[in-house]
Amino acid sequence: MGTPGERSPDASLAGFARQPRVRAWEVALWTAALAAWFLLPRQSALLNEIAILALFAVSLDLILGYGGIVSLGHAAFFGTGAYVAALFAKHLLPDPLVGLVVAIAAAALLGAITSVLVLRGTDLTRLMVTLGVALILYELANRFDNITGGADGLRGVVMGPLLGLFAFDLGGRVAYLYSLSVLLVLFFVARRIVHSPFGYGLKAIRDNARRATAIGIGQNAQLAIVYTISTAYAGAAGALLAQTTGFASLDGYDFHRSADVLLVLVIGGVGWLYGGVIGAVVFTLLRDVLSTITPQYWQGLIGLVFVVFVLVGRDRLARGFRALLPARWRGEDAA
Amino acid sequence: MLTILFDGIAYGMLLFVLAVGLAVTLGLMNFVNLAHGAFAMAGGYLTAVLSNKLGVPFLASLPLAFVFVAALGAVLEPTLYRPLYRRPHLDQVLFSIGLVFIAVAGVDYAFGAQQQFVRLPAFLRGRFEIAGVGVGAYRLFIIAICGVLTLVLQAVLTRTRFGSRLRAAVDDSRVASGLGIDVNKVFLGTFAVGSGLAGLGGALGAEILGLDPTFPLKFMIYFLVVVAVGGTTTITGPLLASLLLGIADVAGKYYVPKLGAFIIYCVMIVVLMIRPQGLFARPAGR
Repeated sequence: MGTPGERSPDASLAGFARQPRVRAWEVALWTAALAAWFLLPRQSALLNEIAILALFAVSLDLILGYGGIVSLGHAAFFGTGAYVAALFAKHLLPDPLVGLVVAIAAAALLGAITSVLVLRGTDLTRLMVTLGVALILYELANRFDNITGGADGLRGVVMGPLLGLFAFDLGGRVAYLYSLSVLLVLFFVARRIVHSPFGYGLKAIRDNARRATAIGIGQNAQLAIVYTISTAYAGAAGALLAQTTGFASLDGYDFHRSADVLLVLVIGGVGWLYGGVIGAVVFTLLRDVLSTITPQYWQGLIGLVFVVFVLVGRDRLARGFRALLPARWRGEDAA
Repeated sequence: MLTILFDGIAYGMLLFVLAVGLAVTLGLMNFVNLAHGAFAMAGGYLTAVLSNKLGVPFLASLPLAFVFVAALGAVLEPTLYRPLYRRPHLDQVLFSIGLVFIAVAGVDYAFGAQQQFVRLPAFLRGRFEIAGVGVGAYRLFIIAICGVLTLVLQAVLTRTRFGSRLRAAVDDSRVASGLGIDVNKVFLGTFAVGSGLAGLGGALGAEILGLDPTFPLKFMIYFLVVVAVGGTTTITGPLLASLLLGIADVAGKYYVPKLGAFIIYCVMIVVLMIRPQGLFARPAGR
């Protein structure tokens, strides 16, 4: 990739390679996430769900917010991660960390292969292709039900204890800490990536592909790489879900999952890594409230949220979120 | 063998009527409307209610479905859709997915999750043989109606003043409006007719495609395939694409039922890789 900053450590380009400081509110956010483990022990399962959804949304943000690729089939990689992790634990080795790595590798491999497909064409073509990939995987998982368990899901996955020490409990206490740690690590890796010269190259492509090419940023290679990274993240999220619930099903490939994560990201703000985290918190709480109001029809209410969000203008709402922060914490460069 | 071909053609014709409105929406306004299937579903449920509960004859309920859904489209276009034409595709996708979710939950609430059946009149129910080929009367009926509709659409598009305005607007809406064509009005009309056709298609297809609240989600990909493969610049493109899709789907489900729609998706991806603008698209004026 011809990103200038990498090859020539020129003094004038040094600013691009500098990582932004971790701000106070970022520390506060992650501390709050940890404090939730102590303060809300009964809500661990829900918190775990939030952490996983946040990771999934961050994964989508990498390609949507930084690569400018609208994907309607990101669940393809989530589902793959979930199945791989579950199958690996069931048949080979129940250790969660090894399983996580294997699942990430599998999703990334799939992402690397399919990244060729999203490089071409217009938004519509990409929509269709990503949607198509997810549907194909759904059909395959449904077809090979002797391996995946088909519509019933893959049962009987028993996870080993984390690090050989902490067994997963029913209340999800260990699960939440596990998911949160994975999210934290991967989040800061992603933060490094988007503030690296590579990340700036991506933003250049997103904002003006032709001009980016003109200054020597290889479009296809950059997008393929970020797509692969993003799918690896999605795979990690899927693996976390499968490992912490001991269950993988066709639901991982479902269209609702791809659509919901779009909404999650849009709620929190696209092109801003914390958007995925904030969106996941808001979305999960919202869904929790809505599904207690109408257990059967909450999808419709979520749909209403989609429509209102777009009509009001998602930029305006995302800016509203940021406006809540004190001025000196705000700053466009804050991850 | 020929029966499969025949069923495939009927299925394809149906898909064409369902999806042609979407082709226009995409081609004219570059609007990704994933909620197109919701209009079709509205037509289907309207017919089910009219013919099963209110005793309206099936044949009379078809035009009613068209008119009602067209009116629905005419109301929604200027109020909800128009503000979004200039927005990024992400907004349009989110918005129309939202509409789909609302429609699915709303119909579920009103009619329940079970499948709806439309009672067909006796003369459409039979099955007979022409030269050794088994032909379902209802499928023949569908082919006839959709064939006539296609001819009418083609004639309107090529022979009338409205048609030439529409084509001009599709080719280049800015120049068209510069020439004094009220693009908004043209689009309103087209959107309404397109929605109406989807409603009619939904009404006709309730018997073949199955009608339940998840209809818009289940067939979203089919409509998109028709449009993406057929291109948005002509009527013959989507027509050929839907015929191909219909025949391939019916044949695939007959010969390799286990694979389901798998083949369709693979073919779609391959086609889009080779011809991102669609198989039958001619270069647009832009």
